[in-house]
Amino acid sequence: MVIKQLSVFLQNETGRLLNITDILQKEKINISALSIAETEEYGIIRMIVSDIDKAEKALRDNDYKVKVSDVICLITPDIPGALNEKLELLASENINVSYMYGYSSEGKARLIIKTSEPERAAEILNNNN
Amino acid sequence: MIWNEPKETMSRDEMYVVQSARLRNIVNRVYHNVPFYRKKMQELNLEPGDINTLEDIAKLPFTTKDDLRDNYPFGLFAVPKSEVVRVHASSGTTGKPTVVAYTRKDIEIFSEVVTRSLVCTGATKNDVVQIAFGYGLFTGGLGLHYGAEKLGAAVVPISGGNTDKQIQLLQDFGSTVLACTPSYAAHLAESLEEAGVDAEKLPLRIGIFGAEPWTPEMKKKIEEGLKIKAFDIYGLSEIIGPGVSISCEYQNGLHIAEDHFLAEIINPDTLERLPEGETGELVFTTITKEAMPLLRYRTRDISSLNYDKCECGRTSVRMSKIYGRTDDMLIIRGVNVYPSQVESVLLDIPEAKPHYQLIVDRKATMDTLEVQVEIDDKYFTDEIAQLARINRKIKQKIENNLGISVILKLVEPKTLKRSEGKAKRVIDNRKL
Repeated sequence: MVIKQLSVFLQNETGRLLNITDILQKEKINISALSIAETEEYGIIRMIVSDIDKAEKALRDNDYKVKVSDVICLITPDIPGALNEKLELLASENINVSYMYGYSSEGKARLIIKTSEPERAAEILNNNN
Repeated sequence: MIWNEPKETMSRDEMYVVQSARLRNIVNRVYHNVPFYRKKMQELNLEPGDINTLEDIAKLPFTTKDDLRDNYPFGLFAVPKSEVVRVHASSGTTGKPTVVAYTRKDIEIFSEVVTRSLVCTGATKNDVVQIAFGYGLFTGGLGLHYGAEKLGAAVVPISGGNTDKQIQLLQDFGSTVLACTPSYAAHLAESLEEAGVDAEKLPLRIGIFGAEPWTPEMKKKIEEGLKIKAFDIYGLSEIIGPGVSISCEYQNGLHIAEDHFLAEIINPDTLERLPEGETGELVFTTITKEAMPLLRYRTRDISSLNYDKCECGRTSVRMSKIYGRTDDMLIIRGVNVYPSQVESVLLDIPEAKPHYQLIVDRKATMDTLEVQVEIDDKYFTDEIAQLARINRKIKQKIENNLGISVILKLVEPKTLKRSEGKAKRVIDNRKL
């Protein structure tokens, strides 16, 4: 399934992430998934949130650099080889994976995957379910 | 259009005669009325009679900003205080403020040169002139104000800052001319876009920008953002304020009002006069001012002079757009670096915003230059690899231009200060 993800540019400094969560809590926005990619100087925080339009506006109003992009939300059984099988499908169709993050619990793994051609990637994964 | 044809189009020979006579006169006056100049001339074994033609100017002493500070506040007046009708002071960004004074006739000259400047940009009495230069001790606001009134234009004296109001009046009053600093003009263009105001629909047609160095690339950006033609106005309070020179429609240098201000270019190290066309420090002698005439004032601005007649019809000498300031120049690992070079590069890279800050530091014995840049919204990506690619691209272009390695740091938007007056681009943390 293709869903919307919100990414924010942050300087790698104390308190920057706190600013973001503070803005979101004031807007009563829930975060359901989050990952941070960091370099020495800056970081990109990527989130799946309850109200993306509201979250985007609130962050932009506070002068943050924000990007909304399409990512795939994939649910697989929590067993060895499940992810491998899905990645093989994508690779065979020439879909490139930029990054992913996720977790597993109660027998299921939930993954957020950023790929090239997200619509087609989602279709490939769906058809082989 | 030319406001004062006899003065602005006189032949070079006539100008030589006018300037020589006025120079003799001013030297005579400062020698007799300003103890500071009498002492300086006596130290050089000079008497007013030694100054006859324009070439003799080379014998005269220089004046520096420190001389103005040493004589703070009124030590350089050449008239009794009762003749003074106005006092201005420099912003004091580089130390104690420097004071300048005007007699009634000086104010008349000030207005005249600003009116000439306005007309040189194509402004007429039918224009609505929004003056977003600061009013007050700074000469920018009041200088443009008196000139625009003399022209007969409708003046909107809004002063600097208050961007929302500026945008509102641009729309409601239909201002056709905007006068401010180039960095504020860039900020206004950006704010218009953010506010969803279509610059194309505004009657604004002319921008008169000055008081800080700016690059041709920045000019292009402002012209596109505000949908106007931008002109460069130059001046400094020590000489009179804005209106010392102005660019014309041919945009090939700034015409100096040289029947009032005599220009020279010198080598800032050897203090020798440089021949026409060579780049060096710009020096002015005010040859008509009454309250506070200055001999050979060192502006610290870097420029060159061109005496060819301009296609616009003016015969006055043109100075090149200010390349930088001798005191803006950073020496990093022995290489001369001007902040304007970084700006030129950034304006050429679509991924970067033209807002930047330079941080100079010394780690052990090694100078470092950090360039902080904002990434443009359209190019922001959440993939680190792509950001790193943009980072590398900007870094490489800056390094190619400066000839030294830099640390390039992408920063969050709006963390770099937008200035409503003069931009502060450089932080030098070196303990030299």
